[in-house]
Amino acid sequence: MLKIDNLHAQVEGKDILKGLTLEVKPGEVHAIMGPNGSGKSTLGHVLAGRPGYEVSAGTVQFEGKDLLDMETEERAHAGIFLAFQYPVEIPGVSNMEFLKAAVDTTRESLGLEPLDTVSFMKLAREASKAVDLDASFLKRGVNEGFSGGEKKRNELLQMMLLEPRLCIMDETDSGLDIDALQVVANGVNAMRNEHRSFVLVTHYQRLLNFIEPDYVHVLSGGRIVRSGDKSLALELEEKGYGWIEDVA
Amino acid sequence: MSDFIQGLLVDSEAPAWLAAHRDAGTARWRETSKPTGKTEAWKYTSLMPLERDFTAPTAADMAEPSLPDFGGACLLFVDGQLQSELGSLDLPDGVSLVRFADANEAQAEQIASRLGSVVDADKHLFANLNDANLSDGLFLHVADNARLEAPLHLVYQTSDREPAFSVSQRLLVVLGNNAEASLIEHFLGDSPAAFTNGITELVLGAGSRLKHSRLQLESGGAMHIGGVHARLERDSHLDSFHLALGSELKRIDIVVNHAGAGAHCDLNGIYLLRGTEHVDYHTCIEHAVPHCTTDEVFRGIMGDSSRAVFNGRIHIHPDAQKTRAELSNKNLLTSTDAEINTKPELEIYADDVQCAHGATVAQLDEGMLHYLRTRGVERAEAEVMLSYGFINELVDALDNEALREYLHPLLAERLTRDTRLTRHLA
Repeated sequence: MLKIDNLHAQVEGKDILKGLTLEVKPGEVHAIMGPNGSGKSTLGHVLAGRPGYEVSAGTVQFEGKDLLDMETEERAHAGIFLAFQYPVEIPGVSNMEFLKAAVDTTRESLGLEPLDTVSFMKLAREASKAVDLDASFLKRGVNEGFSGGEKKRNELLQMMLLEPRLCIMDETDSGLDIDALQVVANGVNAMRNEHRSFVLVTHYQRLLNFIEPDYVHVLSGGRIVRSGDKSLALELEEKGYGWIEDVA
Repeated sequence: MSDFIQGLLVDSEAPAWLAAHRDAGTARWRETSKPTGKTEAWKYTSLMPLERDFTAPTAADMAEPSLPDFGGACLLFVDGQLQSELGSLDLPDGVSLVRFADANEAQAEQIASRLGSVVDADKHLFANLNDANLSDGLFLHVADNARLEAPLHLVYQTSDREPAFSVSQRLLVVLGNNAEASLIEHFLGDSPAAFTNGITELVLGAGSRLKHSRLQLESGGAMHIGGVHARLERDSHLDSFHLALGSELKRIDIVVNHAGAGAHCDLNGIYLLRGTEHVDYHTCIEHAVPHCTTDEVFRGIMGDSSRAVFNGRIHIHPDAQKTRAELSNKNLLTSTDAEINTKPELEIYADDVQCAHGATVAQLDEGMLHYLRTRGVERAEAEVMLSYGFINELVDALDNEALREYLHPLLAERLTRDTRLTRHLA
């Protein structure tokens, strides 16, 4: 599904990713861990096509297509979803307007009719209930004045409505209390199936107690320096990242 | 006297008790000369479209426009002529609404004693023209402690009659001590022959509260030069919203006089222009006494080759210690040919005050744009959504849901002619 080969990327002229290689197959859950500044968030932004993140070498294929050649919205239509570490506030545009625009354009890109307003509202209310976000949040400005946890749940809500093929979750666990973490984990686990893949970018092992990964990778200095199964995360928790940097 | 000055004076019938007021206005108007590009207050606004002879409108003949229901009584004026009976209105105790033309002796005295009392005629020459052409007007009085909760909705529609005609709209609102009222002024019409010269005076008694919206929705060739002049007594609260869609010529002066300690004014405004439209807002907040506060936010979007002017003045007098006043003006230019002339002016003569002002001409936020695109929204639609959000933030702060719902599609359809790009808004 996703094939990243020898990816090099720069932000403001500074090399952040320096030869990252990763393959994600359908249905797999990969956790990417690493110390601050190792390039974890950069990977998510490069995959989502954020302006200012320049790829200087390497290739990324998504379902056989050159991902780096696609516009940001085309990547979304192809099924890539990035749950932001810091979701953006858009005052004056209601969450409902935003969600409907996102779902309609995504459906249209697949040759499907947009949902009528009533069906969509029903769907949005069900999803907001599933992520434990009061329906009143649908009427508020996009993420406007939401707490950290509410923003993360709103990301999950979007993910549920857009039904992406590949979900990249950038530090979704940061700033969440244990109840909110449980809600997010339940949402992700409910969405897991043999076609949909997840890349969980996280600093801490805690999230992986709730969402069990198939693979754990350690990112350091812009490259994956170790890969293993979930036991690697526990090892990291115990020994810290210093140990990895030493062996790398 | 120049043709310009003469051309804007019209013959009209008026009650005898207004004669003194009209004569004084006529005299002042005749003494003035046409503002030019060298006149500071008119530097960026040309009065060329007014260079012709105007007539007084006669009884209008047009189908009633379909109007939204904002939850309160509604009065329709067409070309300045009231289309309904005031007597049929169901107003709460202590609230009275009188046409100048119908005022009895006591009411006439009450009106005459207040009319023009909050307008600085030396600074607002078109207020003089309004006085000179005054034939009728409305007087809303809310007695001490009385409440008008459901908003009074005043609609001023101009027809497409010929030849060019001038409507002098006048509203005098007097709130007694601790009175409350809600008011929506709503201007409609698109005829290039219609010139509205509107003056609204708001007199807020101690502890009173007024919610006031003034919707300048005239479009096309319509012209409007007007003003809202308010005087706020002790602990009164003016909650004010202004909206101007672009048209041939629009100039609105908003003057708020803080005259009693503890008064507060929230002043929000939006202007939205395209084509070759022109809108000019001049606001002036006079802090004459201590312990008053002002929060002023104006936002505008200019497209095509339109031009907007925003001049926001806050004047803190020497006695106005402990004033807090904030002014923000943000602008979005969606075309390289569009223009905004913005000038915040802070004049402070007291030392213990907290004041801030800022004016920006901004681009759409790249971070917001990217976020929308990561969710599949295409760039063109995302840009329209963000432009909409930029101004709609102020609409969403209104507490009247029917008003918000009325304005949402109006704003959306002004942003682009491509309805696909606005289909998820409003």
